[in-house]
Amino acid sequence: MASLLQVTELETHYVTFGGVRVVKAVDRVSFALNEGETLGIVGESGCGKSTTCQSIVGLLPAAARIVGGSIAFMGEELTDKRPREMRHIRGAQIAMILQDPMASLNPLFSIYRQVAEPAYYHRAMRGRSLRERVRELLDAVRIPSPAMRMREYPHQMSGGMRQRIVGAIALSGGPKLIIADEPTTNLDVTIQAQYLDLLKDLQQQTGIAIIFVTHNLGIVARMCDRLAVMYAGKFVEAGTVRELFDTPQHPYTKALLGSMPKLGSKEPLFAIPGQPPDLASLPSGCAFHPRCTEALPGCAVAEPDEVRVASGWTARCWRAAPQIPEDDRTLHAAAAGG
Amino acid sequence: MPPLLEAESLAKYFPSVSGIFPRRRVAWVKAVDGVDFTVEPGETLGVIGESGCGKTTIAKLILLQETPSAGMIRFDGKDVAGLSGAELMRYRREVQVVFQDPYSSLSPRMRVGEIIAEPLQIHTDLPRRQQQERVAEVLELVGLRPEVARLFPHEFSGGQRQRIAIARALVTETRLIVLDEPVSALDVSIRAQIMNQLEELQAKLGVSYLFIGHDLATVAHISRRIAVMYLGQVVELADALELCGKPLHPYTQALFAAALPAHPDDKRERVAIKGEVPSALAPPSGCRFHPRCPFAMPRCAAEAPLLKEATTGHSVACHLY
Repeated sequence: MASLLQVTELETHYVTFGGVRVVKAVDRVSFALNEGETLGIVGESGCGKSTTCQSIVGLLPAAARIVGGSIAFMGEELTDKRPREMRHIRGAQIAMILQDPMASLNPLFSIYRQVAEPAYYHRAMRGRSLRERVRELLDAVRIPSPAMRMREYPHQMSGGMRQRIVGAIALSGGPKLIIADEPTTNLDVTIQAQYLDLLKDLQQQTGIAIIFVTHNLGIVARMCDRLAVMYAGKFVEAGTVRELFDTPQHPYTKALLGSMPKLGSKEPLFAIPGQPPDLASLPSGCAFHPRCTEALPGCAVAEPDEVRVASGWTARCWRAAPQIPEDDRTLHAAAAGG
Repeated sequence: MPPLLEAESLAKYFPSVSGIFPRRRVAWVKAVDGVDFTVEPGETLGVIGESGCGKTTIAKLILLQETPSAGMIRFDGKDVAGLSGAELMRYRREVQVVFQDPYSSLSPRMRVGEIIAEPLQIHTDLPRRQQQERVAEVLELVGLRPEVARLFPHEFSGGQRQRIAIARALVTETRLIVLDEPVSALDVSIRAQIMNQLEELQAKLGVSYLFIGHDLATVAHISRRIAVMYLGQVVELADALELCGKPLHPYTQALFAAALPAHPDDKRERVAIKGEVPSALAPPSGCRFHPRCPFAMPRCAAEAPLLKEATTGHSVACHLY
C-alpha cells in the first residue's frame, strides 16, 4: 500500500541577504506516514522541526524555499502545487494545530463561525447540516453544552477549552492528516493529559494520521507509533518509538533519553555538553560531533550517511551498526529491490 | 536544627475590583490561603501545582514583594514582616531568586560582570577589585569562564543566561534561593545541565532551594520534600520519593496519572479527574478539590480537611485519611 504521506529528500533553505547566507533548515529529510499512524518529530528549538511541517502544508515564511526533494500526499506531489491549489488541500486534507490557541483563534468571530469555516468551504455544508456538524465536532472535543457554547467567543473559554476548539476546527474539514506543532506546551499537566487522551480517541474513531512536533519525549512515549529525532536540520535517527527508547543508536537520541528526569528516581541526569549549533554556521562533518561523547576522529571530517539499522529504522551516525547480519541484509536489499 | 524558613498559616488575598470610579471591591481572590511549610538548611523544597494554584504568590511573599494578608514567614526564627534597617538588608542579601525566563530577567544594557556585581554594590562595601574577584569566583562556580564578565547577555544562549542568573543569586553568600520554574523555558538538553548544576552547587555551598515547578518529574528529581498545591492550599506534603511511590491525595494521584511516561511501556493507572481548575474568586466549599474528585463524599463539600500527618513526615489534607 502506498503511504498517505511520503516525504523524500526534502530540502528547505532560508535564503537571507540576497543569497549570501543560506540556512539549511531542513536537509534531506525523508519519511513516510500511513493512515492512522502517529509520527513524533523531536528536537530542540531551531532544529528545523517546524519548518518541516510548514513545508508540508505550504505555509513557509517568505524567506524560505523548498529547494529539493518531494512531498507526495495521497499520490499527489505537493511541492509543485500553486497556492490556490494548496488552499483546497489545507483544511480539507491536511489540518494544523498550533502551539498557542489564543493566537490561532480569531477573537472577533464566534466559535460557531470558526469551527464551521472549513466545513463550509471544503465540504460545502450549509444551514442546518452545518450547524449539526459544528455541534457534533464540539461534542467530539468534549465541550460541554455545545449548542450554547458555539455562540460564544474565544475570550469566554479557558486555555484548555480553546485548544480543544482548535482541535475541532482542525477536524471540521474532515482531514486525513493533522500536523500538531507543540499543541500542549501552554497547557497545565492535567489538562494536557485530557487533551492527549482526546486526540488519541479521535484518532481511533476517524483513522487520521498525526504528526506530533514536540520537544517532550514523554508525549512521544504516550502518543506516537514512530519517532524521528531531528538535529540541525536532519533526521539523525528514525524508527519505531519502542526501538528508539529501548536501543537508541544515535548518541543524540541516547543523550536526549538520558537527560529526561524519571519519576521517582534521583539518579543524576545525563547532561549534553555545549549548545545546539547555529544552523547558519554548522560544524564540519557530523553536526553533533562537538557535543558527542562517543565521537571518533573521523566524525569532524566526514558526514555519516543514513545507515539502515533494521527495517524502517535509520540512523545517521558512524557508530550505528546494522542490527541484522550481513547475509540477511543482502536478502532484505533483494526483497526491497524486487 | 531549626528550619531556615518557616511559613505559618500564610495567606494572601488580592481584591477583585469592578468599576472605574468609584472602584468597588467585589470579592477577594484567595491566591494563597493558609499555607504552612518549612525549608531546612541545605535542602530543596519543591512546590508543585497547576497555574493559578498560588505557587508564584508564595515566591513573591518570601521575596517581600507582597505583604501577607494573614500568617507570617519566619527566617532564622524571626518574623520577616518585622524586619527593618540592617536586618532587612541581611534578609534581602540571604534570600535571592532565579526567574523562569532568562531572556527578560537580565538587563540587556548591562555587562554580565555588572549584573552579577550589582547585589555586591548594594549589600557590601567591597572595593571594586574584590567585587571583580568575587564575580569571577561565582562565574566559575556556575561553569562559565571568568572572562565572560565583559560580555552582554545577548551574547549568550538561554542555558548560559540561566547560569548567569544563578551566579547573580549566589554572589551575596545566599542561604535560600527561590527558583521559580528555572528550567521551563530551556531546551531539553540544557535542562539537565542546569538541574545538575543546581544540585552540585547545593552540595558544595549548602544553600537551600525553594523549587517551584509544574513538571512532576523535574520537581521530584531535584527536591527532597515536595508540597503539592491546589487553589491556594497545600494538599499534600511529603518526602519526594515517598510521594512518588505512594501519593495519598486524589489530586496528587491525578497529577501522577497525568505525568508523561518515561517509556512507551510505562502505563500508569489512570485516575480520571474531570473538568478544570475552578476560579480562585469563588473556590468550592469544603475541600476545594471535591467537585473534580473521583472519591468525593458528602462530607467533602461541607467541611474543609486540614493538613495532618498520615504517616511520619507525610501530611495530607483529605477526609479519606
